[in-house]
Order: sequence, then C-alpha cells, then structure tokens
Amino acid sequence: MRNVLTIVGRELRSYFVSPVAYVVLGVFVLLSGVFFQAILVQTLQMVQTIQAQSFGGTPQPIDVPGEISRQYFGTLGVILLFMLPMITMGLFAEERKRGTIELLLTAPVTDLQLVAGKFGAAVAFYAVLLGVTTAPISILFLYADPVLGPLATAYLGLLLYGASLLALGLFVSTLTDNQIVAGVMTFGLILWLWIVDVLGGAAAGTTRAVLTHLSILTPLGDFMNGVLAVSNLIFYMSLATLGLFLTYRSIDAWRWKG
Amino acid sequence: MIQVENLTKKFNGTPAVSDVSFSVEDGEVLGFLGPNGAGKTTTMRAITGFLPATSGRVTVGGFDVFASPIEARRRIGYLPEHPPLYPEMTVDGYLRFVARIKGVPSSDLRFELDRVMDTARIDDMGGRIISRLSRGYRQRVGLAQALVGDPPVLILDEPTVGLDPKQIHEVRELIRSWKGRHTVVLSTHILPEVEQTCHRVAIIARGRIVAVGTPAHLVERLERSARIVMDVAAPAGEAAAALGGVPGVADVRVLDASDGRARLEVEAAGVGADVEPELARAIVERGWGLFGMQSSTMSLEDIFLELTTDEPPGGEAGS
Repeated sequence: MRNVLTIVGRELRSYFVSPVAYVVLGVFVLLSGVFFQAILVQTLQMVQTIQAQSFGGTPQPIDVPGEISRQYFGTLGVILLFMLPMITMGLFAEERKRGTIELLLTAPVTDLQLVAGKFGAAVAFYAVLLGVTTAPISILFLYADPVLGPLATAYLGLLLYGASLLALGLFVSTLTDNQIVAGVMTFGLILWLWIVDVLGGAAAGTTRAVLTHLSILTPLGDFMNGVLAVSNLIFYMSLATLGLFLTYRSIDAWRWKG
Repeated sequence: MIQVENLTKKFNGTPAVSDVSFSVEDGEVLGFLGPNGAGKTTTMRAITGFLPATSGRVTVGGFDVFASPIEARRRIGYLPEHPPLYPEMTVDGYLRFVARIKGVPSSDLRFELDRVMDTARIDDMGGRIISRLSRGYRQRVGLAQALVGDPPVLILDEPTVGLDPKQIHEVRELIRSWKGRHTVVLSTHILPEVEQTCHRVAIIARGRIVAVGTPAHLVERLERSARIVMDVAAPAGEAAAALGGVPGVADVRVLDASDGRARLEVEAAGVGADVEPELARAIVERGWGLFGMQSSTMSLEDIFLELTTDEPPGGEAGS
C-alpha cells in the first residue's frame, strides 16, 4: 500500500508542476461554468413561459434545481469525454519515453502496485475536477432546495464513468511512448464508446439492444435521474476492471518485447 | 552473489545474448567489456529483472530474479544506460521518491538521502530541478539513485558516460572504494576503466562471453601468443612459407614487401612457445639476411580487438 501511495503522490505532484493539470482544470472550469450559466438562464426562461401559459390557474410544479442539475451533469459527461484522455495520456507513455520505466520495473514494486498507483493518481486528479463542479451546484442550495438523492447518485455515476474511461486511457498509454498518440487514441476510443448507441439507432432488434447497452453514456443518464441500478454499477466497474487488466498485461508484454 | 546460468535472450527470434554463464562473488567488481550492441545492456537488464530471460536462470543473493523478483530487486541498485530521471522533479524530491519505492523507512529517509548525495557529490544540489542540471550532474543523480537503500549489488551500465575527465576519475575512485562492500557489475567500452576498477573482466561480443579473467590474467593469456615482426632480405612469399613451417607458428602475414626485402608479422600460438630462436634460424639457414626482429605483447586494447573481431563459429550475428 505504501508503494501505491508513493506512486500516487509522485504522479499528482508531477501533474501540478506541469502545465497539463492547470490547462485541463482551467478549460474544464471555464467550459462547465459557461454551460452552467446557459442552462440556468434557459431553465428560468422555460419556467417563466410555463407560468405565463397557466393563465392564473395552478401552475404545474417544476423541480427547477433538479432540472438544472440534470442538464448540467449531462453536459459535464460530454465535456469530460474531451478532458479524460489528457489525464491518462502521459501516465505510461512518458515513463517509456524518459526511460524512467526502467526504474519502476526494477524497483521492489509489483506491476499490480504500479498500475494501482497510476490509476489512483488519475482518479484522484479526476476527483479534483469533479470537486470543482460542486461550486455551481452549491449555488442551487442558496436559492432553492434541491433533492439530495439524485445529486448523490449523479456524482457516484460521474465518478464511476470517469474511472472506467481513465482505466481504458491508462491501457492506451501503455501502447506507445508518445503521449499525444496515446491521447488521440484514447479520445477516439472514448468517442466510439459514446456514439456506439447512435450507430445502434440504424440497426434493429438484438444488435440495437447490444449496442445501446455498450454506450458509456446510457448508464450515466440513469445515475443522473437518481436511479441506482446494480447493472449500471457492474457496467462501469467491469469496464474499469477490463482497462486495468489490459494495462497490467500490457506491462508484462513490454518486458518480453524489451 | 550473482549467478547467471545459460542466459539466452531473444528479441523476435534474434538472439541478443546466447548461452551466457558467469558468476560474481560477494564484494567483487566485474567489468563487462564489449563493443556497442554486444549484449552488455541486455545481460544487465536480465540481472535486474527488467527483461525476463528467454531461457536460462539468473539469481541474485540466492533469489531467482524471475521467480522471486521483489526479493531479488531489493538487493539491487541499478543505473541504466540513460539515467531514469523525472526532469520536472527536484533532486531531493526525486531521491525521496526512489527511497520510498525502495522501502527505506520514513524515519531514515533524510539520513539516507544525505548519505547518497554525499557519496555521489551532489550534496549541494538537493533543491535543483533535474531538467536544469548538466549531463554530468544528471549522471551523478542517476548514480545516487542506484545507491539509495545501500543495496549489496550494484548494476551500473556505462557509469562514466557523459562525465568530464575529473568526474570520471572520481566515479572510478568511488567504484574502487566499494570493493568488498558492494558486488558490482559495470559495463563499459573504455578499457582503462576496466583495468582501473575491476577485479575481473568478462569480454562479450555478439551476445557471447568470449573471455573471463582478471585483467592481468587476460594479458598473460594473450602474451603467450605473441606477435613477432621480422625484417628480412628475402622474397616475401618464400620467407612467409619458411616461417609458417616453424613449429608453434599460427599465422604469418606479409606487412610490406619491396626490393627483395620483406616485413612479416608472425603470430605464435601455443603455450609458452618461445619461437623467436627458431624463427631466426629459419631465416638464416636459408641464407637470407635478418635485419630486425621485434616481439610485442598485447595490451588489453589489443586483446579486446582480437577477441571481438574474430568471427564466431557458425557466423551467426546477434544484435
């Protein structure tokens, strides 16, 4: 465990002395802020329109903070597609390029501890990104009374969604010693997993069902609606496990290839 | 301390190292000598467990580096060919990280850092960022990294590359001072380095060990097959044939021939064969003139060239 924490610590420090962390954080904060503002304005206009149309009768009750947070989280899911590859792209690619992989693979550290440390660092940095998003959400608490349940499941969903994609990105990072290549490949993979259900729209029957279930955004929608389904938990966890397993195998394969 | 048995490592079917066996005793300094691409780095990587062997076995301190890698790695300090440094870190931060993953207890961390930085002569560099260090200092940080945790075995791949002459001298002195305390395997293609620092030399070429011995032993072994250069007044071809017929002569080469005079190089093989009187007689008996005769014993550099330029049996080439 100490080894894992040591690797997590080094990796996090390394994120924050390089510009990558600040660029990712900055762009993420800016984009999510702009979208939050837009969603806020839109939703309020919508509420006013509905109230105006009710002609003095009892307006239909609308869960305004719920509506805002749902849309906000949905947007976050999309922005993160672009941000997540940048968190993982360098994790192994840079080690190979600098030759520091030789230090890590000859230190008394198991490959499993190494993978866990790298993954832990990526998830920790991702948690910082998610942490930033609690700022706009907390504004909702000032002016309204949001329901806590769906917020909690939404964050859990985002965390699992991100972690599974980070695990896949970690694997892609082991495939090359160029972090840009790793980043673009990860982005391609994530994008494919995202639009696979759109591709499924053209298909029919079982194919369509399978493709829809493969999409990484489908379960996230359930989490954001406050639905906590075991199948969704298993979906993200198995995706993460697959990514980590492939990473582990890939490191073993390097040793043999040299 | 280190046992290498029948080590073979192939990359895509091409052997980089073939059937290499040797052992290094406790406290011994073994030098790996060979041209680039001879298999030095591959052999060292196999010892550290970075590359698993295709076949054969490597044990360090009694632990198989493949079967019990963690136990073996705890005993090894490794300086790869390119020092494995994180450029964005400070020297202090980097060494602290290395100490942690090598399992140095937190309470001893500062003491250990001071010790290795002092040994590698970087004690005033702690706060410097690695990317801003000169090549020589980076190499020293790499060396400090290998020393962290005071491992009994040190594997140093070309430890003096990139250093200036003064620093090279310092590093060699340092390695010399470890005799008896650390078991060291170092690779180099610089001959004086081996003569100055090593108890034993293993000469490696095309993935095979072609000779092992003390530097003195290797010289002695080759001295017995001395080279003799002769200036004679005789037709070159006939003189060469005559000298080739002398017992104990392995090879005769014509270096120069003009105006009835020839300069010939005779290579005498065999154990302690003093062939010079016989060579002289062979010339004089035929009524030729003998102008000069000079025998030379080989320096380690000649041995090196000699051993590594020979074609291996079967003519297979490794990388």
